Amino acid sequence: MSEEGIVKKFMYVNRKSPYGTIYALESLEVVLISAAFDQDVSLTFTDDGVYQLMKNQNTDGIGMKNFSSTYSALGDYEIKKIFIDKESLDERGLSLSDLQELVWEDEDEDYAEKSSINLVSRAELSEIMSQQDVVMSF
Amino acid sequence: MKYGILINEGPYQHQASDTALQFVKAAIEKGHEIYRIFFYNDGVNNATRLATPPQDDRNITKEWSSLAKEHNIDMVVCVAAAQRRGILDKGEAERNGKDSDNIEEGFRISGLGQLVEAGIQADRLITFGD
Repeated sequence: MSEEGIVKKFMYVNRKSPYGTIYALESLEVVLISAAFDQDVSLTFTDDGVYQLMKNQNTDGIGMKNFSSTYSALGDYEIKKIFIDKESLDERGLSLSDLQELVWEDEDEDYAEKSSINLVSRAELSEIMSQQDVVMSF
Repeated sequence: MKYGILINEGPYQHQASDTALQFVKAAIEKGHEIYRIFFYNDGVNNATRLATPPQDDRNITKEWSSLAKEHNIDMVVCVAAAQRRGILDKGEAERNGKDSDNIEEGFRISGLGQLVEAGIQADRLITFGD
């Protein structure tokens, strides 16, 4: 479904915690659809958005669907550039080990699993954002 | 310039839709083109013709509808977000066994692909939201 061969850099910026509001879930829905358009897609998790990737989420007590396992499918959708804002983790007393591992399979290296996660500073994130064609923020 | 517009908040509760409306009017006045306006998240609530704000207040849905008609603007409401929130056109109402539809003239219901396509085709995609 490529649009006349145009390939743009799309970044989806996730800023909100996974529950409490619907932004995280509906952002993920856009991301998965966008994979069908053969664009250059990346995801950023910043502010409370870093909570979206927390391990061991359990929504039993709040009556909402736990959709956290969907993130692990991103690699299968060829979405393999995930940026995590380091300062946002630090501010919340978190580290990468609190987050789920996200990987993609490299066809050129016998489907070796490689990490999709890039831990970046806000200064680096700002630079990466400035290189995007389309930034959608949820 | 060719603009795509993404509106992620409902009317009245949040100013995002008002601001988008002002932006779109100003952009057209300056000779720019609006490729598409896409309503997502609670933004889909902009499309209900059943909203009845007080007479001395603005009617945001009517303003969108008349602006779109006047300038032939494509206004798309995300189907998944709309179904969650009870925004239906005739076809969706029939398909889901509902007793009525509520979409205002000038809006159409379609998929998220229309948003991604707007990002690809427009020179700039601008988000109005929280």
